[in-house]
Amino acid sequence: MSTTTIAPEGTAYTPSAETIAAVLAPGEKPRRPGPLSASLTFGWRAMLKIKHVPEQLFDVTMFPIIMTLMFTYLFGGALAGSPREYLQYLLPGIMVTSVVMITMYTGVGLNTDIEKGVFDRFRTLAVWRPAALVGMILGDVLRYVLAATVIMGVGMVLGFRPGGGVLGVLAGIGLLVVFSFAFSWIWTWLGLILRSEKSVMGVSMLVLFPLTFLSNVFVQPTTMPGWLQAFVDVNPITHLVAAVRSVMAGAPDAGAITWVLVASAVCTAVFGALTMHRYNRK
Amino acid sequence: MAVNRTGLAVETSGLVKTFGKTRAVDGLDLAVPAGTVYGLLGPNGAGKTTAVRMLATLLRPDGGEARVFGHDLRTEADAVRTRVSLTGQYASVDEDLTGTENLILLSRLLGYRKPAARERAAQLLAAFGLTDAADRQVKKYSGGMRRRIDIAASILNTPDLLFLDEPTTGLDPRSRNQVWEIIRAVVAQGTTVLLTTQYLDEADQLAGRIAVIDEGKVIAEGTPGQLKSSIGAGTVHLRLRDAAQRPEAERILAKVLDTTVHQEADPVALTARVGGSGAAVDAAAAGSRALAELAGAGIVVDEFSLGQPSLDEVFLALTDKAARNEENA
Repeated sequence: MSTTTIAPEGTAYTPSAETIAAVLAPGEKPRRPGPLSASLTFGWRAMLKIKHVPEQLFDVTMFPIIMTLMFTYLFGGALAGSPREYLQYLLPGIMVTSVVMITMYTGVGLNTDIEKGVFDRFRTLAVWRPAALVGMILGDVLRYVLAATVIMGVGMVLGFRPGGGVLGVLAGIGLLVVFSFAFSWIWTWLGLILRSEKSVMGVSMLVLFPLTFLSNVFVQPTTMPGWLQAFVDVNPITHLVAAVRSVMAGAPDAGAITWVLVASAVCTAVFGALTMHRYNRK
Repeated sequence: MAVNRTGLAVETSGLVKTFGKTRAVDGLDLAVPAGTVYGLLGPNGAGKTTAVRMLATLLRPDGGEARVFGHDLRTEADAVRTRVSLTGQYASVDEDLTGTENLILLSRLLGYRKPAARERAAQLLAAFGLTDAADRQVKKYSGGMRRRIDIAASILNTPDLLFLDEPTTGLDPRSRNQVWEIIRAVVAQGTTVLLTTQYLDEADQLAGRIAVIDEGKVIAEGTPGQLKSSIGAGTVHLRLRDAAQRPEAERILAKVLDTTVHQEADPVALTARVGGSGAAVDAAAAGSRALAELAGAGIVVDEFSLGQPSLDEVFLALTDKAARNEENA
C-alpha cells in the first residue's frame, strides 16, 4: 500500500509582511454604527447561525406540533366532549406555553456563547453595549414567530376556528411575541449569572413548568382549590393567555391586554437593566 | 482625545484584581512603550490573563491605576475600546460561522458598509492565507488556521494596541512560526503588541522588553539581555563521548575556568558558569582554553556550547529568589 503525503491545507502559508502591512494601513476609520444598526447586525448573526445549524429549528417546529397534538387528543374527549371542541379553548394557551418555553433557549445560547469566548470579542468593540444581546433576542423573536405560525397551522388543520379572523390571530401572535421578547431578558440575566448551560436549563425548567401548567392554559381555574386559584390569578401566563384568547376570539379583553403590555415593559426594564449590569462587569 | 505625553501604550500602577480570596493580580506596575512587543512572562496562574483582560476592558480593576494611551481604564473604557483589540486564549470568533461571515460581521460592527465590509474580509483572509477556507465554518479549521482567523479578526480595526494572550499555546512548530511572523509584521506597522506567554523562547524571540510575573506581581523587568545578565554571565555546556572521563573533565574545567562545575543528570554532561557580569569576551577565551586543555588530556568532547543563560534559568532563579525573600520576611 502506498501513501501519498499531501501537506495539510493551510500549513503551506507563509505570512507576508507586505500584505499584512496593507491590511493595517491607516485608512479612514468608518463611523461607528448606531444602536439599531449594531443590533440588526447581531440579529444577522443569529440568522446565520440558523442557516448553519438548522437543527436548532426543531425546538420551534417539532416541539410545538407535538405539544398541540398531544394535549388536544389527550384531554379533548375528557374535558370538552371532543378534541375539536377542546381545541377552541386550548389552542391559544398551548401556543403561549410552547413559545414561552422556547424563550429559555435565549439564556442557554448566551451561556454557550460566553463559554466559548465569542462575547469577549463583542465586549471589546466600541458599539452600543446592549446591541449584542438585543440582536440575539431579535433573532430569537423570529423563532417565536415561526413557532406560533406552526402551531396556528396545525390548529387550523385540526379544526381551530378563531372568531377574531386573520386580524385577531395576528394580534394574538403579536401580543405573545412582545411578551416573549420581554421575558427573554430574564433568561439573558440567568445566562450570565449561572455557571453552565445545564444549570441555565435546570433553572428555566423549574420556573417554566409551574408557570405554564398552573395557569388557565389547560382548564378553567374555577375547578381548582382556592389556594391554587390564588396563584393562577397572579401568574403572568394566565393574563397573557386571557389576552391572546380574547383577541383571537374577536372580543378583546382590554384589561388583560393592558396588563400584558405593562408587564412586558416592566420586565424588559428590570431584567434588561440587571442583564446589562451583569454584562458590563463580567 | 487625551494627549499621550508619556509615549506609553500601557501604564499601570498598583493594579489589583481579586476573585473571592485570591488576589489574581496583586499590585501590578507596568510601563509598556508604544510601538514595541512587550512580553508578560509567567507560569500558569501568575495573573497574566487577568491583567490582559482588565487592560482590554473585559474586567473591572479592584484597585490601582491603569491607563491605555492615556485613557483611564475605568472612566474612559469606550475610548480604550476604539484603540485596542484582544486575541484571547479561546477562539474569540463564532465557530458556527464561516471565516468570511465572521469578518464581515465584525467589519459591520465597526461601521463598514456592506460592500466595504465584504472587501475588508476578503483582504484579511488573503493576507492570512485563508482564502481557500473562507466559506468553511471556523469549527472545521485546524488549530493554526483558527489562531490566524482570530488574529485577523483582531486587526480588522487597525488597533494601536493588540493584546495576544498566549497566542501559540497548543500550536505545532510550523503554525507557531507563522504566528511569530505575523506578530513581527504587525509590530513593524507601528502597532504595539502586549504578548503573554509561558514560553521563554517566545518572549526572547519577539519581545523588546519583558516583565516576569509571578503571583500577580512583576518580579523582574527589562530587555531579554538585561534579564539574563542580571543572574550572571555566560554558561558553558558540554557533553563528552565517554561518561567515564567525566570526573577528570570536571577537574580540568574547574581549574581552567576557576569556577564550580555542575554534573548534570545526563551522565556525559557538565555545566559551568563563567565570568562576572559583562564578561562575555573573557568567557569565550576561557572556554577555548578549556577545550584545548581537555583535548590535550585526551578527552573527547561531542558538544560544546557557550552562551547566555536561557530565560528558563532566569525564570527559575527569579522565582527562587522571590520565594526566598518571602521566607525571610
